[in-house]
Amino acid sequence: MRRRLRRYGLAWAGAAIVLAWLLVALLAPWISPYPPNAVDVTQRLLLPSAAHWLGTDILGRDVLSRLLHGARISLLAGFSVVLLGAGIGTAIGILAAWLRGWGEEALMRLTDLVLCFPPIILALALAAALGIGTTNTIIAMLVVWWPKYARLARSLALVQRSQEYVEAATVLGLPQKRILLRHILPNIFGPIAVLCTLDLGIAILTFAGLSFLGLGVVPPAAEWGSMVSEGRELVEQWWVATFPGLAILTVVIGFNFLGDGLRDWLDPKAQR
Amino acid sequence: MALFASLVVFLISNFVPGDPVLAQLGDILASDPVVVAQWRAKWGLDLPLWERYGIFLRGLLHGDLGQSIATRRPVLEDIVQFAPATVELATISFVMALALGIPLGIAAAIWRDSWIDALARVLSLVGVSAPTFWLAFIMLAIFYGWLGWAPGPGRLDPIAFPPEGPSGFFLFDTAWAGDWEGFADTLAHLILPAIVLAAATLGLITRTTRAAMLDCLQQDYVRVARAKGLRERVVILRHALRNALVPVVTLGGLAYANLLTGAVMTETIFAWPGLGRYTFRSAAALDFPAIMGITLVVSATYLLVNLLVDLSYAVLDPRVRR
Amino acid sequence: MTAILDIRDLVTVFHTDRGPVRAVDGVSFTIARGETLGIVGESGSGKSVTAQSIMRLLEPPARIEAGQVLFEGRDVLAMSQSELADWRGASAAMVFQDSLTGLNPVLRILPQVSEHVVAHGRMAPPAARRHGIDLLRRMGVASPERAAAAFPHQFSGGMRQRVMLAIGMANEPSLLIADEPTTALDVTIQAQILDLMAGLNEKFGTAIMLISHDLGVIGSLCRRIAVMYAGEVVETGPTAEVLADPRHPYAWALAHAVPRLDTPVTARLPSIEGMPPDPLAMPRGCRFAPRCAHRIARCDAEHPPLTEIAPGRSVRCWVTMDGRQLPPPSLPAAAAPPRATEAEAPLLEASDLIKHFPLPRKSLFAKPELVHAVNGVSLQVARGESLGIVGESGCGTSTLARLITRLHAPNAGNIRFQGQDITALGGEALRALRPRLQMVFQDPFASLNPRMRVGQILAEPLRVHGHAAPEERVAALLDMVGLNPAWAARFPHEFSGGQRQRISIARALALDPALIVADEPVSALDVNVQAQVLNLMLELRARLGLAFLFIAHDLAVVRAFCDRVAVMYLGRFVEEAPAAELFATPAHPYTVALLSAVPEPGQRRIVLGGEPPSSLRLPQGCAFRARCPVARPICAEPPPLVEIAPGRRVLCHAPGSLQKPR
Repeated sequence: MRRRLRRYGLAWAGAAIVLAWLLVALLAPWISPYPPNAVDVTQRLLLPSAAHWLGTDILGRDVLSRLLHGARISLLAGFSVVLLGAGIGTAIGILAAWLRGWGEEALMRLTDLVLCFPPIILALALAAALGIGTTNTIIAMLVVWWPKYARLARSLALVQRSQEYVEAATVLGLPQKRILLRHILPNIFGPIAVLCTLDLGIAILTFAGLSFLGLGVVPPAAEWGSMVSEGRELVEQWWVATFPGLAILTVVIGFNFLGDGLRDWLDPKAQR
Repeated sequence: MALFASLVVFLISNFVPGDPVLAQLGDILASDPVVVAQWRAKWGLDLPLWERYGIFLRGLLHGDLGQSIATRRPVLEDIVQFAPATVELATISFVMALALGIPLGIAAAIWRDSWIDALARVLSLVGVSAPTFWLAFIMLAIFYGWLGWAPGPGRLDPIAFPPEGPSGFFLFDTAWAGDWEGFADTLAHLILPAIVLAAATLGLITRTTRAAMLDCLQQDYVRVARAKGLRERVVILRHALRNALVPVVTLGGLAYANLLTGAVMTETIFAWPGLGRYTFRSAAALDFPAIMGITLVVSATYLLVNLLVDLSYAVLDPRVRR
Repeated sequence: MTAILDIRDLVTVFHTDRGPVRAVDGVSFTIARGETLGIVGESGSGKSVTAQSIMRLLEPPARIEAGQVLFEGRDVLAMSQSELADWRGASAAMVFQDSLTGLNPVLRILPQVSEHVVAHGRMAPPAARRHGIDLLRRMGVASPERAAAAFPHQFSGGMRQRVMLAIGMANEPSLLIADEPTTALDVTIQAQILDLMAGLNEKFGTAIMLISHDLGVIGSLCRRIAVMYAGEVVETGPTAEVLADPRHPYAWALAHAVPRLDTPVTARLPSIEGMPPDPLAMPRGCRFAPRCAHRIARCDAEHPPLTEIAPGRSVRCWVTMDGRQLPPPSLPAAAAPPRATEAEAPLLEASDLIKHFPLPRKSLFAKPELVHAVNGVSLQVARGESLGIVGESGCGTSTLARLITRLHAPNAGNIRFQGQDITALGGEALRALRPRLQMVFQDPFASLNPRMRVGQILAEPLRVHGHAAPEERVAALLDMVGLNPAWAARFPHEFSGGQRQRISIARALALDPALIVADEPVSALDVNVQAQVLNLMLELRARLGLAFLFIAHDLAVVRAFCDRVAVMYLGRFVEEAPAAELFATPAHPYTVALLSAVPEPGQRRIVLGGEPPSSLRLPQGCAFRARCPVARPICAEPPPLVEIAPGRRVLCHAPGSLQKPR
């Protein structure tokens, strides 16, 4: 029992962290002490205190309130990039595995092409081309995000397709579509879900990075990456940049724990 | 593949009409799916586009990447000027990450569930989870702002002159000129950004080495090696490690991409006059020709690194040799 | 003779999440210098763990918790790490089952063979290299100089196992432990390796401890045998005596439940029902009692000790410890198979089937190489008939099965089923045919969708093909294959291999087929589970009048199940005959060699040299001639298909020229 607790303890911790941040994102307007964009220059750059738990920034806005609201954009961006990317990528990967021949070749070459760019740089170029804004940045990230899912889904589907249970389904005269959706898809779902969970952290990091570079959100929207960016020169007023960074760190660690736990749980080799 | 990459960059930049007209950037959103559609039709591209591509390629061959809006200089000149600073920083970080990450990963696998394993796991977790730009800020705030142990941002003291030298790598140039004061200054300025830049890569390498090593230690050939009566040291170094390095090397390309991304963030905070900061400035100013030029140069480098990875993969693993 | 290995009360425990499992529970035996001891048992009986405990190769969560392993009087369990390293690979060596994972993929062969000669200080590196090449030659590796510089993946399984033996023998140990060394190999290659090991024992006086699930393998090499069940030795003695007169009911079942070539064909095979006990909850009394047909009251209450019943023979059984014997099996003789009338058209008729697969291109411009899997096969199956197809791995049997069931389309040839040409059928027409032509697969773990409940697995084809009331049918099907209908709500992973294979059979039966293609349906199962599943198939065949195309590499299994048998070599039938005739008087030299290679105690073998040729480049003339003991110049010409008797066809220039050794 203690061994099991130890193995999945971190996963539960991760789930708790992620759940806590989801709640914060959901309840931000109600639990924030101040409106996130309430400028008050008389109150600028205040140390953390009872009135402002995490201090105020250069425009006198409450860091805590902005941080709580920032969870909305970060999580929304992370989830939309990963879920849409995984959806598109998985669909393309499975399609490629099923089409074989010319169609498979074309789809996988397209995938390889996108994969041969350093993802962040390409996303950066695309985001710049599309213009500043949350939606545009998410679209730019999606363009570089789907290929890894396409590759994974295709290789998983190829493995499953050669399994005897799929052959058995064919011999039983089941329609191809049914085999694809009812037999193959459920069996490749696990590894894709693991990748999604681990990937959520990376997507949140990337989006924060693009925001930090000034591409993610339109000011004055509260977003963690741009909050760090606003505070990056303020070494003396450390609280402005430190707390949003900590927020990113905890959320990413949460998803990492959760993803690792999920992988161990799904991996039959880890069971003793 | 390199040709395809240049084609994609060409096509993206082709839909930025002629001169950088910021107002028209919105149109690109509409034409973006066309980029993909056009590429898919690449086997049957009509002549005019080929010709345009030919001109673009010829420009590339002559080193013409267009002109930067922000600096009003040819993009290639900017890149050549800023590259050495980044290469110097990246190389030092990469070496640090490898030199620390691989032994740490091995130790963590051998003494599984010991304190060193715990240390490795915490380090790699924080390494891959912490945003680089934030880590840079924290390091600067602590070691420069608070403790005063490290020098401030920049490659050199603000009053110092950059060394005259052949390479643009300050460590090399100062040593070349026998300027040991300058060398020490350079080194002092390098340490913090190098650590920050190495963090994510270190995390990735430690994690991969540990997992690969654990996997190899459970393989039959390791049992066979033990059954032969080889010492544990020989079993690990000769039989397990060689196999464990295969996935670590495969990771090289990914780790390198990490460095590129990290450089953008790290250089911005540390006022490091390299490609990363140039990228940040270009992106912030929507300096499109510059962004395209950087994308092209960096993608080419990335491709080259991946090619090297493939080659070393073939050296390490006889099964992929033909 | 002095004991070289003396094991006393060895206990090895796996500390699992669910609790401690005593995988080896008080095992004792001895091996004398130069002796050969076989250890037999089903998977999970503790035989491999015993071997690894002796070599101290186990890692957590496994721990040796009690006992002694005395090697020439020294306790291996008390050795320090450095003493252990000096002992392993020098005095005692071990060979593992899987030679693919057992050889380091990134190192060349020679250093792997010779490194421990240097490490043990026996020779300097140059001498060790010469010694290594010499070893490879002695183990029968072709062109050893070239092989020494190659990598493991460039070798076949048989060659790799020879390399593994070279590694084991490098320092001329006095004890060689071989853990299922031939299990992954084809029967003709297995014969080569067993011969080689027998030679090592004779020439070098190396004591051999051979672990196998196959009594035949052990019987053909070992003079003494230990039978293991649920972590314990249940019977030991001279092999011949134990095989002829087993005293433990489990040993008795093992000796009789395996179909053999030299026993009469019966309507049923003797088998033991049930499964080994849960290792977490061992019975208090005899561990075999719940499955034992001979048990008495005492068996459930008291744990029997291993008792000597005759000099050199011990048994762990309350019933036979007073010297009593167990009765020989009595089973009904097989009824004559129902013959289809001559006039009736065959159910299935295939002619001149050819199938090749392109390999991935090596470069953009290279012509893709072709694997010639099936090279001109013609066959007929009558209604209610069972045709067996026998062949070694890579000879095309699985491809043939998939051509007949139209999972693949043939490149040439013709398939007719129930009078309909199905060669080029596709889409809806093919799906409409499916219910009548079903398949049972080899791997019980891969052939059932792990995410579906058993009830769904069985009901899905019924629904898709528009049957009414699938639930009732599912219950009836489960009952038919001997499973509890209430288990329909369970997932496949909750069942054992044998039970899963029953589910597979039920699924194939769901749509009332006329023909079932069974591709190695029992080869992944433990021997006594094999007997259970074969019995079920025999019974269903008789009851439902099914026709079978039955593919297996195990000749004895085919003999127990089939009316007619075809032998396949490199994508063609080399001999086809009624089963009884083929096994009594084989005509093709390959059939003769194949039959004699089956390891059975006391049988003289014809050991074929070499390995089957590559299916990438088909040889000119007879495909078998390079390995044929009676090849002659004319064999360079393509051999004719000769009908030597009604229903007996042989693809050979000189059928009957090689005789079975007596």
